[in-house]
Amino acid sequence: MSPQSHLRPDQREIVTPEGLTLRLTLAGRSARLGALAVDLACIGAILLGAVLALVYTQSGLGQWTKRPDARHAAQFLFILWTALMFLLRNGWFLIFELGPRGATPGKRMLGLRIAARDGARLTTEMVLARNLLRDIEIFLPMIAVFSALGSSMAGGPSAGMVNWAAAGWFLLFALFPLFNRDRLRAGDMIAGTWVVEAPRARLEQALSAKPDAHEAPPDYAFGPAELAVYGEYELQTLERVLREGHHDAMEAVAHAICAKIGWNAPQGEEVRRFLDAYYTALRARLEQGLRFGRRKMDKFDGAGR
Amino acid sequence: MRNWITRFRARPAQAQPAPPATLRSDRFRQAREGDWRRLEAIVTAVEKGRLRRLSDADLLDLPVLYRQLASSLAVARETSLDAAALAYLEALAQRAWFITYGPRENFRGWFMGFILGGWSRAVRAIRFDIGIALALMVAGVMAGWMMVAHDPSLYAMLAGQDPQRNPGASAKQLRDTLFGGQDQDALAAFAAYLFGHNAQIAILCFALGFAIGLPSVLLLLQNSGMLGAMLWLFHGKGLLLDFSAWIAIHGTTELFAILLAGAGGIHIGRAIAFPGEFSVMASTAAAGRRTAPVMLGVVLMLLVAGMLEGFARQLIDATPQRLLVGGFMLTFWLVYFFVFGARK
Repeated sequence: MSPQSHLRPDQREIVTPEGLTLRLTLAGRSARLGALAVDLACIGAILLGAVLALVYTQSGLGQWTKRPDARHAAQFLFILWTALMFLLRNGWFLIFELGPRGATPGKRMLGLRIAARDGARLTTEMVLARNLLRDIEIFLPMIAVFSALGSSMAGGPSAGMVNWAAAGWFLLFALFPLFNRDRLRAGDMIAGTWVVEAPRARLEQALSAKPDAHEAPPDYAFGPAELAVYGEYELQTLERVLREGHHDAMEAVAHAICAKIGWNAPQGEEVRRFLDAYYTALRARLEQGLRFGRRKMDKFDGAGR
Repeated sequence: MRNWITRFRARPAQAQPAPPATLRSDRFRQAREGDWRRLEAIVTAVEKGRLRRLSDADLLDLPVLYRQLASSLAVARETSLDAAALAYLEALAQRAWFITYGPRENFRGWFMGFILGGWSRAVRAIRFDIGIALALMVAGVMAGWMMVAHDPSLYAMLAGQDPQRNPGASAKQLRDTLFGGQDQDALAAFAAYLFGHNAQIAILCFALGFAIGLPSVLLLLQNSGMLGAMLWLFHGKGLLLDFSAWIAIHGTTELFAILLAGAGGIHIGRAIAFPGEFSVMASTAAAGRRTAPVMLGVVLMLLVAGMLEGFARQLIDATPQRLLVGGFMLTFWLVYFFVFGARK
């Protein structure tokens, strides 16, 4: 069984220095667009706040125009504004991605983060490189498209054509992630990084070790023939059904199992106990096979029989 | 009473009475679950940036717990069919891996290393591309000069329309653009504006290296062509030395920075077009990592250049002093990049 065979198309395997293979899930393009929108909204909100504060301060300064200090104050405000613009445009993504979570607020909100493509350490150089290209991927395409829209509304067709050509050229960079398998931005390609899902999973109680599963001694005894009909795929489906705990679904599953092994289907409260017992017994059998190197992937897999 | 206190303390650890496990994989899990949960708590604290709340023992144990988890996961993959527990282990292993192999040092530590040698090393690593960019700039200056000398009407195309600096201007008008700016007011605002504008252009010049470096080359040629045209204009009125000093006071820093940005773009363009024995992806990624520190340096250089242009050029109103400052800056950058730390 090759490790690649059971990877989804959006999953990639990397091998850590300890020799452990980790399965990373690439971030979806829509999730990344959403993260970008959140970040841009944050930047826009900060800009709006700064503009309001500046206008307010400037209008306050207006009363003091007779004094020479007012000029210096206005100059200071201009410098502050220039520095803020530069930092927001180039520093917002950079500073957040250098942190321990490797994600901007938008990425964090959508459960994404950046990682090195080769499975090694994420370095400062990589984060720098991937964010140096953001300008031609986000801001310049936006400016180009807006100016093309503006000129084709206001000016003649020839000026519009030139602007649309420029916008189209910049859109090539902006839409780069749509055209490659790993969904890399131009910046990801330069830096050797990619954007993956930041995993979150709680440790659930093991079904086979539930306290109530053992309070009453199981009065079901399944023979080898009754357990040999299913494989790992069915076991996992059964586990999912048991964890979700919808009674109708459990009853349907219990019916299907009983029809297969020729038992009478349980009713009411009995369903849950039957399924718990069958799950535990099936898992015990399949895990025993696993220890002896016999894997039964699903009910069509003949190897375990 | 004491019993009550110990029970109260034990609560956060969520010690539930473990039911007897029938399956071997469940016994395996029960034996290790405490360590997993402890690792999860540490990883969560690090992710949230609450490093100070962690004890030293926790931090010291992090690599050990991570390796234990890695081996637990390897065993569980081969022996356990508890899908929920496997998913948990996979996720926790990834999170712990991100922490263990995350950025090794904080930005401040990295920046110190950058100033004390990293920057110079990065510049030296792309010296071949710096040579190409320098040759392009020299060629651009010469081409700009020759084009305007051949046909002065091309000046507006190369250097833009300007009411004061144009081929029809008198020597006095041109001289006035070089001297007498020190009584200007808003010098600091001017410096800030220059920095913001130039830094954005430099980043653009670098980033467009992604299009096989051709736009970077064009930007270099265009900028140096403009310089060549202006040199010709001032030469014609006998102001070549004064103009050179006016440019040099900040230009030795600013043009050097533009040279480095263009060289970075060319380096990336070369890595994409001619990856050599590596794959295109590997070659591009390596080139990006090599040139990223150069670009951080370029932004810092443009900060210096903006201040020199905004303050020093306006305040120093004589050709020899301007040349002196410009020459000193050039020497400083050359020594810093190519002599400092080169022997290590």
